[in-house]
Amino acid sequence: MNNIIIELSKYFIILCIAFYALNGFIVFRYKTHEDQRGFYVMQNIFMVMIHAAGFAVLVLEGRDVSMVTFYCVTQLVIIAFVILYRVIYPASQPLIVNNMCMLLTISLVILARLSYSKCQKQFVIAAAGMVLALVIPFLMKFSHLVFMHLTWLWALAGVFVLGVVFVLGRATYGSKLSFTLKGITFQPSEAVKLLFVFFVAAMFAKSTTLKQIIITSVFAMAHIGILALSKDLGSALIFFVVYVFMLYVATRKLYWLLAGMILGAVSAVAGYRLFAHVRTRFIAWKDPFSVIDGQGYQITQSLFAIGTGGWFGMGLGQGTPNKIPVVEADFIFSAISEELGCLFGLCIILICISNFLMFLNIAIKQSDLFYRLVALGMAVIYGFQMFLTIGGVTKFIPLTGVTLPLVSYGGTSVLVTIIMFSVIQGIYCDNG
Amino acid sequence: MENKKNSDISIYIVMFIFVALFLAMMGYFAYYVQFSSPDDINNSYNPRQEKLAAKVIRGAILSSDRKPLACTELTPDGREIRRYPYGGIFAHVVGYSTKGRYGIESIANISLLTSNADISERISNEMADQKSIGDNIISTLDIELQKCAYETMGIYKGSIMVAEPKTGRILAMVSSPGFDPGTIDQQWDELNEMTTSPLMNRTTQGLYPPGSTFKMITLLEYFRENKNPEEYSFNCNGRFTAEDVTINCFHGSVHGKLDLKKSFAKSCNSSFANIGYGLKSNAFRSTAKDLLFNEELPIKLSHKMSSFTLEKSSDTEEKLHTAIGQGKTLVTPLHMNLITQAIANKGMLEKPCLIDRIENYKGVVIKQYHTEDEKRLMTSEEADFLTEYMEAVITEGTGSKLMSEDYYVAGKTGSAEYGQVKGDSHSWFTGFARDESGDKCIAVTVLVEGAGTGSDYAVPMAKRIFDCYYR
Repeated sequence: MNNIIIELSKYFIILCIAFYALNGFIVFRYKTHEDQRGFYVMQNIFMVMIHAAGFAVLVLEGRDVSMVTFYCVTQLVIIAFVILYRVIYPASQPLIVNNMCMLLTISLVILARLSYSKCQKQFVIAAAGMVLALVIPFLMKFSHLVFMHLTWLWALAGVFVLGVVFVLGRATYGSKLSFTLKGITFQPSEAVKLLFVFFVAAMFAKSTTLKQIIITSVFAMAHIGILALSKDLGSALIFFVVYVFMLYVATRKLYWLLAGMILGAVSAVAGYRLFAHVRTRFIAWKDPFSVIDGQGYQITQSLFAIGTGGWFGMGLGQGTPNKIPVVEADFIFSAISEELGCLFGLCIILICISNFLMFLNIAIKQSDLFYRLVALGMAVIYGFQMFLTIGGVTKFIPLTGVTLPLVSYGGTSVLVTIIMFSVIQGIYCDNG
Repeated sequence: MENKKNSDISIYIVMFIFVALFLAMMGYFAYYVQFSSPDDINNSYNPRQEKLAAKVIRGAILSSDRKPLACTELTPDGREIRRYPYGGIFAHVVGYSTKGRYGIESIANISLLTSNADISERISNEMADQKSIGDNIISTLDIELQKCAYETMGIYKGSIMVAEPKTGRILAMVSSPGFDPGTIDQQWDELNEMTTSPLMNRTTQGLYPPGSTFKMITLLEYFRENKNPEEYSFNCNGRFTAEDVTINCFHGSVHGKLDLKKSFAKSCNSSFANIGYGLKSNAFRSTAKDLLFNEELPIKLSHKMSSFTLEKSSDTEEKLHTAIGQGKTLVTPLHMNLITQAIANKGMLEKPCLIDRIENYKGVVIKQYHTEDEKRLMTSEEADFLTEYMEAVITEGTGSKLMSEDYYVAGKTGSAEYGQVKGDSHSWFTGFARDESGDKCIAVTVLVEGAGTGSDYAVPMAKRIFDCYYR
């Protein structure tokens, strides 16, 4: 009997996520929230079903019985969040709320399977993030005041924090990324990303003269330079890409985009020549099986997970995703593909794409340049980070070691992403 | 107002760029899952293979005429037993599925543990907690030829490989001494301790000095450097000396006046040392590289790389010894067979093929492997030249026992001295045969460890293989 439920749930979960993702695109065809309402409610139902089915399988497989309670609490919190959000911000964008909750749900299910204790930690931080999410859209009204007037403060703060991390930070996996304060580990580069977007948006909202562009670029380079020196290549790349796209949209001059791409290509070649760890990543991407004992170990384990799982997956709890190093963070997508199936993985990509399109949609509608650039910056950070992590673990591009927003384990990452979603909501509520 | 419109376009361009990236990534991901991953996951570093075994009954490995070479049977109490109906005959090439896996059992492990039965059947099996039946591997192996090769090798230590040069299909692969894969678990420790290494597939993993068979490569290099080989002549008095290094002819023979073809057919060491002395080491090294020395061979069976160490700085002694196949050069019988196949196939090496197709347990073809050009090892002119000389080995040289009315053979014998004791030598033959029409063509490589001369041991064995095939 248990076996039947476990096996059936595999297909059931894939069907649910497929319908969920489908609804996320159908809504683009309807103009008003009223017409879209039914699809959003359906999404919520699929979301709850995946949550319930996932934990049911884990409990039936004989894991920790306290998961039943944990499930109830997490389920209630997420449902409460969806309803509260709707009540507090009637003008909010429901697809963004739903997608955020869907990705958090997937994260809870897969983390509970990989490491129950990490899942519990993650949930506490996500819950705190949800409380913030209820406040931030309201606070966005003051964002002009805070960022347009104190622009320099934020740039200096960003450079300062990154600098401190570089000097004091401890080494994690070869990159000095985080520091620990009273038992909680922060990854400041994640948080500085948001400040950076606000700073750049404010600078360009004020003016896009060449002088202003040069000054802003110098500060952007300071951020990126420190990150590169800290060997945090993934973050450096994200900062660089978001800056180039914000510059392009602010100036509407295609040559900035082209110049950025050329500079990016030159830096990539220079990085390859100068840094051994860049070459290592490149070799591990080019032919991971030739260095399977060393640099290629992570990526080959990731490919084994994806390939062995196949389209329908091994079933939740039936694979061996823990063989992949740092599976809960950078390789969460491989674990999901192995156990829930590559079809499920494709649906996650679709959900992320629908977020990205919605962010850009909101950016397009803003007549205020500051808001427009903030929304664009958030969209690019989100979309590009998703591309780097999923592209990396599937060997489409070299690994850069970034997290999958909202899904990967990592307190700072999940908190910052929830804030990012809330900022977009704030912009949308203000000028939807 | 106009500014605003422009700006909208810029965001659409951003959207376009990213969506293109996302779609490319999704396309790559889907392609990888569907087409590339099955090869990748069949890797000993993949710990997930054991998980599949819990869900699928291992499929069978069949010969080219669909007789089972390895199959899983269920005992009355429901245990699975892997049976090998031909015992030790296919031991190394079919391999075993436990103890780290070997042979086809290893290279096709994931396919054997994957069930491509109807999806409805698989789902209902999963529901009922029943195992699905894995796919079958239809190999290219020929039972009659394999049996013949196995019996021919008998109690000798060595290797025999038979393949079709035009398709790359491997018809037989024997390594001796062998083992019974059916009782491998019980005998594992004992087999591992034996000094004769019965578990090693000598065809793919045995590295041997090539002896005179290497003269094919020396000859090719000579042909590449000197375009008119008919002008060559040499007077053999039993030895060749250059810079204090002396090379003797085998068993002290004196061959007298020789042209190039006679030198090759009689396998005259002195003449070939003379040829080697005049060759350019760098060019020789590059020819060896063309022929896949110091390279991975294009086959998934675990194998050793052949080594060719001659380089510009090498001394005369190494140069002369290399030319007659006695230097530091080491080859596997598999590699020698691949070179022979390329010569037989006008210079083109076809991708070696051991698996013809994968079928589900009901016989529906899941994947069919096709003949593929692997790499051109030499020009067709060079291959014709070598073929002509290798025919002379049979008609007027060391391979005369292979004269037959049923087929035409071109080949090369070899006696590779090894170790310190003078006279201990491995017996080699590698060559190919064609029938009158030229349609039926096989390449045969025989190596007998420590037996004696090529013409006395390896050649008669090759003859039995050819006779069996063209009978």
